[in-house]
This record gives sequence, structure tokens and C-alpha cells, in this order.
Amino acid sequence: MRLDDPHEEARRVLRLCNVCNYCNGYCEMFRAAERHRTFSDGELATLAHLCHNCRNCWQACQYAPPHPYAVNVPLVLAELRLLSQAELAWPRPLPHLGLLTLGVTLLPVLLVLLLVPGEVLFAAHTGPGAFYRVVPWGVMSLAAAIPLGWSVLALAVGVARFWRAGGGGSGAEMRAAAPEAIRDAVTLRNLDGGGAGCDEGYGSLSFQRKRFHHLVFAGFLLCLASTSVATIYHHLLGLEAPYPYLSLPVILGSLGGLGMIAGSLGLLGLKRGANPATSAPAAQESGRLLLIQLVAMAVSGLVLLALRDGPAMGILLALHLGTVLGFFVALPHGKFAHAPYRAAALLRAALERRKDER
Amino acid sequence: MSSPPPALPPDQPDCDVAIVGGGTAALCAALAARRKGASVMLLDQAPPDQRGGNTRHSRNLRIMHGAPSPLFPGSYDEADFAADLTKAAEGAENEALAQVLIRQSATIPGWLAAEGVVFQTIACGGLPWSRKTAFFLGGGKAMINTLYATATRLGIAIHHHSHVTGLTPDGLVTMCDEADKARTIRAKAVVVASGGYQANPVWLAEQWGDDAAALVVRGTPFAAGEPLRALFDLGAARVGTPGACHLVAVDGRLTEADGGIVTRVDGLAQGIAIDRDGRRFEDETAITGPTRYAQWGRRVAALPGAIAHAVWDEDGIERTPPAILEPIRADSLEALAELLDMPLATLAVTAADSGRVSRAPFFTVPIRPGITFTCYGVKIDDHARVLTDDGQPLGCLYAAGMIMAPNVIGTGYLAGAALTIGAVFGRIAGEEAADHALG
Repeated sequence: MRLDDPHEEARRVLRLCNVCNYCNGYCEMFRAAERHRTFSDGELATLAHLCHNCRNCWQACQYAPPHPYAVNVPLVLAELRLLSQAELAWPRPLPHLGLLTLGVTLLPVLLVLLLVPGEVLFAAHTGPGAFYRVVPWGVMSLAAAIPLGWSVLALAVGVARFWRAGGGGSGAEMRAAAPEAIRDAVTLRNLDGGGAGCDEGYGSLSFQRKRFHHLVFAGFLLCLASTSVATIYHHLLGLEAPYPYLSLPVILGSLGGLGMIAGSLGLLGLKRGANPATSAPAAQESGRLLLIQLVAMAVSGLVLLALRDGPAMGILLALHLGTVLGFFVALPHGKFAHAPYRAAALLRAALERRKDER
Repeated sequence: MSSPPPALPPDQPDCDVAIVGGGTAALCAALAARRKGASVMLLDQAPPDQRGGNTRHSRNLRIMHGAPSPLFPGSYDEADFAADLTKAAEGAENEALAQVLIRQSATIPGWLAAEGVVFQTIACGGLPWSRKTAFFLGGGKAMINTLYATATRLGIAIHHHSHVTGLTPDGLVTMCDEADKARTIRAKAVVVASGGYQANPVWLAEQWGDDAAALVVRGTPFAAGEPLRALFDLGAARVGTPGACHLVAVDGRLTEADGGIVTRVDGLAQGIAIDRDGRRFEDETAITGPTRYAQWGRRVAALPGAIAHAVWDEDGIERTPPAILEPIRADSLEALAELLDMPLATLAVTAADSGRVSRAPFFTVPIRPGITFTCYGVKIDDHARVLTDDGQPLGCLYAAGMIMAPNVIGTGYLAGAALTIGAVFGRIAGEEAADHALG
């Protein structure tokens, strides 16, 4: 009974879910779906991003295969998340994102090997401005700013299209709903399976995914904070990197890096145990790519920190820079995009909830 | 070279307690017996992915409670519950057993929660307002999954594909396994929790005749009732009425078993219901409330051919609740008459007289009676022991769930009561069977 087109399949399945309703304690997706009698593509995309892929509804479904109704909500919504992001993306998604990312990651290493004289690259540099003796500050900043700016623009266009396709909304409505949406995004309220924990593969429930995700997210924010503090040091206080081990940027960045490594490895481990019946292979792949990128960024940063006073600093700096650039390039078309799309979907849900209450 | 297995003494039991069935009553009996220290085998006819009997399609339990809680608004006291039960049973209930059901229901949410079951709280959102019933988070299949996981963890031996065909008063259970090989299990006590015989058209035909074949099985296809028949053959006293059953109006295009709750036909008050000759047989607007599906089910079952057709016009269809299948469209009354193979003249008169079906296009859905469960089972005492006609316990045999439900609800229906009966009497039967087995 499963239909080939994910949009049509999602319509078929959610129509059935709306008649059944048994899963509406699990998450906002089901409660939001109940507001619709028909589903536009944009509404489906919003519902797809409301799904945090906890998979409890799959275990609980009385109509899951081998039942002839063949209901598999997590699978069709995972497919739809990818499809809708590709359809809404501007510019069109890049093919072979993994290879491209790998190339960008290794490019700075290649460039410093080619362009920086060996006696500079492999010398021990210490003191303020040590990094910039290998890669000048201006080059480093520009190399980061261009792909980041481009990616943020592309992501913004995609999310804006997503928001409009999901029904738009006035600024006042959005502001009013924002606190609830932020709460839901930060606490991952929809990744606790209605309070029971999430299915970790074959019916056993736990809060591991939520906790690992919290680690990754907190780690990412700490790294962002580290970079922001370093920017202030550089421009306002006139202090140049590298910073001492007990300085704020290093402490924030180190803690953030450790959080990202622990959380990402945890999530990668859970992915290995995931039930293939509910997993869209392409979604798994893009999730894995992001987690590997986060680990690579954090590990290369920490190794650079440890060995920055020695002769390997130049190569390590280029490698760390490469992992960051690779992350920036993959930003709008990889798994990272789920964050703003999901935040927008949670905003939509909060907004609709407020309308219901009125 | 393998040595031959040591010969067991001929009366060596395979387990203390054997449970026949795989739904709520069976699992509650298995867990209760295991918690008492008995070794337990659970024999379920279904394969693992269809385990759980009709509980897979259920969602809530009817529970007595004295005050609002995270699970319920308001309260539902013993007198309230007793009044609802008496009304549903039309006075056919055994008062002592009904009191056991009602009083023990209050302890069931806590008992199930201790076995790992999670309930949906009001705060969670999404629930209909229900003072009388508690909802499983994710529905009955989620609850069943949890109880099977707990049972496995506790060392209960779970055997799927176990088709029980015979019983004896001293605890011999005859069954066929997955390879269709006959096997006899020897237990010190047996709890029969295998439900009714709603998926057995041959047995149903004893009262229903040819119409038995037209009844759509809404739940598990494995409820053929052989264990019930075996108990009758051993001389178990009967309760309920042969052929009596709970019926619901279902979409006649969805005739496979296990359709559950999503195949129900709704929105008849926005259109008309006609028999196969094109004539109305009820005032559609008078059939309302939560029992409307069952009211329509009974009426359709009584029609010639046990079939009816819902018809809406363009305005009516807009106001019907969503269904899983689109209704069939006919652009004119002529097209509708042709589609339904009815005389146009009759249909035109019917439509005009109704006042509700006037504007083309028209929409139609065939309606069949769907059978949920049968209301015919074995008599038990307050220890859940199966009784003979002279009121004596039938050996070491116990019964729980829908196979004994007519003791407390006659041939009636009360939302959420079936699961409560399964849980309460399952727990009693499991504990009593364990006590009996462990002496």
C-alpha cells in the first residue's frame, strides 16, 4: 500500500494517523497534523521537520508493516525532510557533498604546503600572532568569511521559503510564539517520546539521544562563544591568538570541543544500532557526515591546542582551518540545516497552538 | 555422537502455569504468576509481529478513581462505574464479580506502571476529555510491547505460533507449533485468556447463517475460539449468548482483518444510509454520540445481505469527519444508481425524501458490519476458576479476559472496560493459578 512519492505517501499516512490519533501523546507532529484535513507540500514539510525521529510511533503503530496499511511515519517524514530541503534550497543542493567537504577540508593543508616556505611552516612559532605567521590573519578571515557568508545566505533563503510555504505569519505572531518555540528547540521537548524516552532501535527506550544531542548542541554553542570572545579580544582588546591555556577563549573552546566529541560519538554509536526499517539511508548518511565533521573540527582544534608550540603547528592549523571551512561549505545542504528548519517548524507549531487557545 | 535425551518422568510438568493467549489478560496473568514465583509459559497463536490480541487496537482502560490526577480530570466512583456497568450489561452481570472488577480497577494503573507501562497524561495534550478512562501513551500496542519486554526480562517463556487446540482439567495443553507439529504442554495450572471466537465464521454461522461470512473481523485474525470450545467440551458453564457480539459499521472496502479503529464509517448524520435496494432504514440524524458506530453496525448486520451504503451530496461530504479512504464519487444520481446497481427511480425518491442529498456530485461508501468480539464465554468464580454447570471448579483451569467478560458485562459494551476486565481478572487468574501450582 506504500506509495512511491514521499508527498503522496505522507498524505496517505497522516490521513490515517489523524483518524487513529493514538500517537498524539508522543510529540507535536501528531498534534499539529490533527489541525489539517488536507496537506499542502509546505504543510507537509513543516510536519516533517516537527518530527525529531524518536521512532516511538513506529514501535507503537498497530498499522506498521506487515500490516497491509504499511504505516511508517518516521521513514516517510525523514524522506520528506530531505526532499523538502532540496526543493526549497537556493541555490540547488550540491551533489557529492561528502567528497566536496573532504576536498575543502584538505585544501588549506595543500595550500600551505605549496605556498608557505618550509622553514616558516615547520618552525616553532610562539607568542601573540604565532598563527598568523603561517596563515596571515587577513587570508584566514577572508577564507572563513566567504563560505560562511554564502552558506548563511543560502540557508536563510531556504528557511524563508520554508516558512512561507508552511503558511507564513505576521511579525507580531512570530514574536509572541517565539519563547515557546525556543523552549521546545533548546529542551528538545519532542525528543523524549512523550516522557517515556525514545526508541533506540528495537523497542528499548532511553533518553540517550536527547542527552547526546544536548552535548553536541552545548559544545557547539561553547565553541561559538569561544570564537566570539576571541574576536572581541582581537578587535577590542588588541590581544592576538594564540591565547593562554587559562584564557576564556581556550577554556570555552576546549569544553565545547570535548562536548561535541562526546555527543557526536554517542550519536554515531546510536545510529549504528538504529532499526533500518525507520531510517532513510540518505538522511543517515548526511547525519553521519555532520557528526564526523564536528568530531574532526573538535579533535583538530584540541590537537592544535596541545601541539601549538611545536613545529607541527602550521600543518595542524591548516587542517583545523580546513575542517571549519568544510563545515561552512556543507552548512546549507547538509544535516546542519535541520536546526533552523526545525526551529521554524517549532515556531509554526507554537503559533498554531496559540491560535487554538484563542 | 549424541546421547539420547534422558527420559523425563511421565508426569514431569513443563511449567507451573501455562497461559493460553497473548493479549492484556494473558500478559497480566503471566506477570502476576511469575511475580508469585511460578515458572510460566505463554502460548500465543499469533506470530511476534501480530502479538497482543485485540489489545493492539485498543487505547484505554476504564478506571474507578476518587479524585483528579495527572491521568484523569474529575472523579469516577464505585457507584458511577457500577451504574454504567449495569446499564451496559442490562442487568446480566454477576454482582460480586462486577464489584471485584470495579474495586480492583483502581489499582490497575499503578500496577501496570510498575511493570513499565506508560500512560498519557492530560498535560501531554491531545487527549479527549475522559473522566472514566486512562489512556496508554502510544495506545495498546505500546502497552503490549512493554509487557512483553517485562515478561521476557522476568524469564517468562514466550511461545508465538502456538495454536492451542485442546485442554484437560489436569493441565494438559494440546497445541500445534510453528512447524505445524503437535505438542502437549503439561502445566500445574492453566489460565485460558484467548478471547472470543469472532474470527471463526464457521462457529458464527451457527447463529448468523450465511451472514457470518459478511462480518468483517476488526481485530486479531487468530480469535477462532478453539480454547473456548475446548472448555465447553470439558463441561464449563456458559455465560453470555451464543452469536451475540459487538458490531461496528466499517468501510466495506476494507475487509481484511486487523483494520482496528480507522475503518469505522462516520458522518452518516450528514448524509443518508440506504440498503441494497436503495431505501433508507433509519433516521440518520437520530443516531449520535460515541455509540453511533455500534448502533449502525447492528442495524447494517440486520439488513438483507448485511450491507448498506452511505451517500452524501457535495455539501454533506464537506461536513463529514476525515476517513482513511476517499469516498467513491458519482457525478449524477444516474451514475450513482449504476454504481450501486440500484433502480434509479427508488434512489431518486429516497434522495429527494431525505432532504439531505440533493446537490451533485454524490459520494458513497459501502458499509459492512465489523465484528469486534463475541459475548459468549465461560463462567468463573471470584478466584477466576472456570466453573462447571454444577458450580464446581473445573480442575486447574482458570479464565481471564474476553473469554469470561460476559460474567461482568453480559452482552454489552462499555468503552475501556474490556481492557480493565483483562487486567483485573488476568492478574487474579495469574496469582490464583500460581498459588494452585505452587501449592
